[in-house]
Amino acid sequence: MNGKIANLSLIILCGILFIVALYLVFMWVPTEANQGIVQRVFYFHVPSAWVAFLAFFLVFLGGLVYLKKRDPRWDIMAYSAAEIGVVFTTITLISGVIWAKPIWFVWWTWDARLTSTLVLWLMYVGYLLVRAYAPASQGPAFGAILGIIGFVDVPIVFLSIRWWRVQHPTPVIGGGSDAGLPGSMLLTLMVSLAAFTVLFALLLRLRYSLRQMEGEIEELKLGGGI
Amino acid sequence: MDNFPYLFAAYTVIIIILLVYVFSLHQRQARLRQELENLKTSLKEKSK
Repeated sequence: MNGKIANLSLIILCGILFIVALYLVFMWVPTEANQGIVQRVFYFHVPSAWVAFLAFFLVFLGGLVYLKKRDPRWDIMAYSAAEIGVVFTTITLISGVIWAKPIWFVWWTWDARLTSTLVLWLMYVGYLLVRAYAPASQGPAFGAILGIIGFVDVPIVFLSIRWWRVQHPTPVIGGGSDAGLPGSMLLTLMVSLAAFTVLFALLLRLRYSLRQMEGEIEELKLGGGI
Repeated sequence: MDNFPYLFAAYTVIIIILLVYVFSLHQRQARLRQELENLKTSLKEKSK
């Protein structure tokens, strides 16, 4: 019952935040002078990447704690976060490709930021494939190791625009003296980040409960000899 | 306004991906609930 109330609260909060975010993105925030209207992709592209990083951090954390304690709840959390992380990395990549075309005049370029993000996506798709095909007894441990190794790419993606000369724009927050966002753009980004973070929390709760149910079914099948 | 089709495409793709994922979660939940119910019933019958 408490779980249902928590889910309902998250759904309502998420709905309100997304309505406010969409209003700010399409009705309120001024159009960026150089890129024009397509720059508004930024307000959902960056939060998608943030959620993907957060999800892969939880895969990393879940893997570490699972290997230490062998508590299946951490594995369930890591697996659920990995699936959601792949969804949001897909959104980041596709929205980035669509944004790139009118600005760079190409859909894709093999610069460090884009390539390391694609590698990140491939690694966690690999994680999900390993979990799908590994024996049930070994899947969690293999997954934990992959999740820990895969997380090495997250700081590489994040820092790639500082380490190398890339086509991708340099950081707008914490990127040096000439970086920074006007207040209206920063506020819109913050509201979008909040909306995506609450959506992530909701999806993680839902996926976690599904994974628990899958485990329960497996146990019943084994216990009942079905 | 030249870039509007790209903006439209980007937000459409984002919304479609999110909706498809939420729908897939819903479908999986319904299927697992049904499977769980069936298993519990068959185990009860087996133990009688």
